[in-house]
Amino acid sequence: MASTDPHGQPLFRTLAQTIERGIVDGSYPEETQIPSTNEFALHLRINPATANKGINLLVDAGLLYKRRGIGMFVAEGARGRLLAQRTERFAEDYVDPMVAEGQRLGLQREDIVELVSERAVSAGGAVIDAAGEPASTDGRQPAEASVRRSPGAAEAGGRR
Amino acid sequence: MSTAPTATPVLEFPPTVRPLSADAPMSPDAAVSVRGLARRYGEVRALQDVSFDIAPNTICGLLGANGAGKTTLMSLISGQDRPSAGTLQVFGREPFDDAAVLTQLCFARENQAYPDTFAVRHVLTTCPLFLPHWDADFADELVETFRLPLNHKIRKLSRGQLSAVAIVAGLASRAPLTFLDEPYLGLDPTARRRFYDALLRDYAEHPRTILMSTHLIGEVEGFFEQVLVIDDGRLLVDASAEDIAELAFTVSGPAKAVEAATGDRQVLETHRIGGLASAVVLGTPDAAMHRRAAESGLEIGPVGLQDLIAALGAAPHGSAEARAHGQEATR
Repeated sequence: MASTDPHGQPLFRTLAQTIERGIVDGSYPEETQIPSTNEFALHLRINPATANKGINLLVDAGLLYKRRGIGMFVAEGARGRLLAQRTERFAEDYVDPMVAEGQRLGLQREDIVELVSERAVSAGGAVIDAAGEPASTDGRQPAEASVRRSPGAAEAGGRR
Repeated sequence: MSTAPTATPVLEFPPTVRPLSADAPMSPDAAVSVRGLARRYGEVRALQDVSFDIAPNTICGLLGANGAGKTTLMSLISGQDRPSAGTLQVFGREPFDDAAVLTQLCFARENQAYPDTFAVRHVLTTCPLFLPHWDADFADELVETFRLPLNHKIRKLSRGQLSAVAIVAGLASRAPLTFLDEPYLGLDPTARRRFYDALLRDYAEHPRTILMSTHLIGEVEGFFEQVLVIDDGRLLVDASAEDIAELAFTVSGPAKAVEAATGDRQVLETHRIGGLASAVVLGTPDAAMHRRAAESGLEIGPVGLQDLIAALGAAPHGSAEARAHGQEATR
């Protein structure tokens, strides 16, 4: 197991993101217990101190809390808050790079917009609002939530 | 594909990874505290001016080329050898000939000498005699895990089996300071996995200080909380796992663009193939670097610890102390 993940991110941050994904996709429901620091460390083959650091990131962010003598639990409202954060960052994290690449390729604004419209419709995607509910677009029935069930812990186990 | 050592002046590492000065006071609470440690054999300087601390209950990686001084250093810390100069304390005391310290140590290596008639099971029965924290049940579990034949003579074992014996002894010792000197020698990947799992699991349940030397860095770098890099008898880098992960990065793409983007940086190593190049660069990429990369079609990426160590070995460099004393770069 590398001390950074393939994107060069420190491992403890990768663990934090793995847990966040699990919270968002429902693998770790609110008010339920998540695996312990040691279990994560063993599963990912990293030092328990590193795993601890990742978990503490989420405790500091108010997404996890500790029940003394029992373990770490997902905080109430964690999922909603994570979705809100990601929605805020959606433009910066996803739209900006796409637009930049489109410009590099010489695509016009209209081309990019049309591509997005086509793809969004064909994927049957719907925007999830901050409360975690699918938002309807222009009065049509919202299609099924497009949040892919990321493998969560299984994905972490695949990382070696 | 050509690998060109870059003609750069002596490298300067960020303070986060620079070793301690020999003048820094010893740390009495450290598991291991070392200042200005040296070991000479006549004219040969196996180790010089090595200073560092290892906090208790840390898994610390000891990295460096063959012959760099890793085993020499571990021999000194484990009290099997005496330094030529410098101070060394283990749990606050000098380890050499100190029974109180020695009972807290276990040095596990594949080429351990045993009495000629010993079978595997004799190792298991004698270890508890001098390792007060020995866990016999755990030892039995490990023997099963590595499928060790209890009645086989040690001298008839394969290299991998010898390593397994060392691992059993090293882990079941539960010694507060455990040395693992290239513990994976001869082990196939499956056996290595079992070793890593056993090590992590037992460390999590029974925290202790573990100093491990390794060349298979990629497989275990996630284990280390601290990393010591030895080069040519000197301590090059003393860093936390996070700090060493951020020590360098790679810039790849058209060779001219790579050169232009890295001209003002310290470059450890550059690989060129045709018109493309990939450079390992000290430091972290800032906003300006990202901008230049985006503009010139360059890719910025991480450096795995294995590649970083290899690049450090290839680059001309010298320690800060060497420069301060007006010595030339070691390469």
